[in-house]
Amino acid sequence: MNNKIRSTFKGGLGQLTIPLIAIAILFLFNLIRDPGFFSIEITYNNDGNAVLAGNLISVINGASELAVLAMGMTLVTAACGGQDISVGAAAAIAGSAFVKVLKSGSAITGGTVILAFLCACIVAMLFASFNGTLVAVFRIQPMIATLILYTCGRSIAYWINGGATPTVDSPIIRAIGSFIPGVPIPTPVLIVVAVTILFMLIFHFTSLELFTQSVGINGSAARLNGINSTLIKLLSFIILGFCVAVAGIIGVSRLELINHETLLLDVEMDAILAVAIGGNNLGGGKFKIVGSIIGAYVIQILTITLYAMKVSSTDVKAYKAIVIVLLVVIGSPVIKAKFAKLMSQLKSNKQRVSMKGAE
Amino acid sequence: MKTDKNLRREPLTDTQLLMMITIIIFLAMYFLAMALLGGGFLHAQQIFDMLNDNASLIIVSCGLTIVMIGGGIDISVGAVTSLVVMSCVLFLNGGGNIFTSILLALGIGLAFGLVQGFLISYLEIQPFIVTLAGMFFARGMTTILSVNPQKAEHEGFKALREMKIEIPFLGYTAKNGNFVPARVELGVIVALVCVVLVFLLLRFLRLGRGFYAIGGNQQSALMLGINVKRTRFLSYVLSGLLSGISGYVFMMHTGAGNATNAAGMEMNAIASSIIGGTLLTGGVGNVFGTFFGTMTLTTIKKIVVSSGLNDPWWQSITTGGMLCFFILLQSVVLSRRSKKKKAE
Repeated sequence: MNNKIRSTFKGGLGQLTIPLIAIAILFLFNLIRDPGFFSIEITYNNDGNAVLAGNLISVINGASELAVLAMGMTLVTAACGGQDISVGAAAAIAGSAFVKVLKSGSAITGGTVILAFLCACIVAMLFASFNGTLVAVFRIQPMIATLILYTCGRSIAYWINGGATPTVDSPIIRAIGSFIPGVPIPTPVLIVVAVTILFMLIFHFTSLELFTQSVGINGSAARLNGINSTLIKLLSFIILGFCVAVAGIIGVSRLELINHETLLLDVEMDAILAVAIGGNNLGGGKFKIVGSIIGAYVIQILTITLYAMKVSSTDVKAYKAIVIVLLVVIGSPVIKAKFAKLMSQLKSNKQRVSMKGAE
Repeated sequence: MKTDKNLRREPLTDTQLLMMITIIIFLAMYFLAMALLGGGFLHAQQIFDMLNDNASLIIVSCGLTIVMIGGGIDISVGAVTSLVVMSCVLFLNGGGNIFTSILLALGIGLAFGLVQGFLISYLEIQPFIVTLAGMFFARGMTTILSVNPQKAEHEGFKALREMKIEIPFLGYTAKNGNFVPARVELGVIVALVCVVLVFLLLRFLRLGRGFYAIGGNQQSALMLGINVKRTRFLSYVLSGLLSGISGYVFMMHTGAGNATNAAGMEMNAIASSIIGGTLLTGGVGNVFGTFFGTMTLTTIKKIVVSSGLNDPWWQSITTGGMLCFFILLQSVVLSRRSKKKKAE
């Protein structure tokens, strides 16, 4: 019985150890610094709705786009062994398409929002399949293939917008970006939960997870086993395209305007970071979506903690870098091996001592 | 004589082939621009302007080429350049002298190279994450030093900035009848020296061949007795050092420190290296190709501007299109070659 508990404890956390430790350390740090960090209160916003507010809520709310993108990025990373650096630019394109369709009608109703959402998804998936084709069919490294869209994506968004930053004024868009009347939880959080459930359902009812992992671990072996690795790679990019569209729409709805320059700026770097902090190998292969989601929240807690410590938004990057380096150093294979060696030495010492005692 | 014959029979290596393609396309594009657009393209000053504006990008791309040949990636270069510019400007304004400021620039670059190289090669952390953290750190430090743009007021430095090499026989007569000699900034000389030095390193030194070896196949490099870890470490150190130099050259060009300096330079440098025929998978690449890659990128932008596409989005859309063309071309060429090899 005791053994059983120990074994689940040993193998159960696995790659999630580092992100969970990171969250624990950040929580502990905040607890010592200012226990008020964790207070959650109910306030009334401008529309008179009762809503939750507090640092924790802003962490969970603020990381929504990142969490959605990190889920898609995990799949691409696992299947192709590389990352998509064009997600920010592609989200700007999707957001522009979303706004363009919304503005084309006379009034913004529920129907037009759904139509606009579908259009944004299709546009994002088209661009994603362009990336995917370069990677899967032409066998170009993902980072290089997506460099193309990274270079010109925001300009394409600018062109769609016709050289302006149009605003959308509608209660429905406001509801998507902040709160649905009568629901105290921020809507972006609900969207993240919905996307997570969608992923879980896909993984439960299809073999996508297994196929993706096998393509990532050894593409030719997977092909010999009858898995169409080209299709799987393409599919991972298309799923990322869907995530990009969702993230772009959350971003647009939050600000109620589309700014091609600043929408989800530098989010690609954070998304890749979230995947890495989640313990996933950036070289492809095995993955855990949960790890990436936790990674996204780790990044956001870190950012909000720094903001709470009155670090200005431009300086945050420097402190973030230090914490990231510390995290990856702890998680590095060399340090891990050294640590394991040290532990086993301690154990054998203990045994020797106890044996001596027995004599 | 016999060896000569053998040499001639030997087919081009992947590196040489990709570089040849780049150079040919660059020349074709430039001559086309001369023939169709005329104007500025007919003057030699156009080329020198392109060099003046991109000296620091060329230096950074050299460093990135070394890292990419070794199978790694360094995306911190642009941010390090920006940090070097800001700290050197502040140092000079605070009463430092020029010689020490150059040392400071090299020191900052070297420090980034050492730390990143150590983390990547000795602690085996993924290079993308380490240099991403390096980029965040350098960008953050730049704004911590100063959020507002700083102009260099140091007299000696101003004199150094104004020092330009004039080449009279490549000049042209302006519209008002004055003769304008071609002007080259000091930074260009530094950049060209860097290109040649890196070429010599990669071509003739043991260390340079080591970069190709570890990028091509790490396992066999290890079997050949190459110290893989140290070689990889040194590739990042060199890249860091070159970013330091590039920062100083950037400062000589702009004369002011700004938090948004060199924004997106890392991606431009990666694009230059790719157009020049360096593969991100490692083992293939040539620094002269990178040089022509940078020139090709700049030429496209110049052509877009002078052919009257004034909307702001055209520059980057054409750059993206060109990048796509090059990447596809390389992929097709390489896959056809590997098929041929297999058939033999």
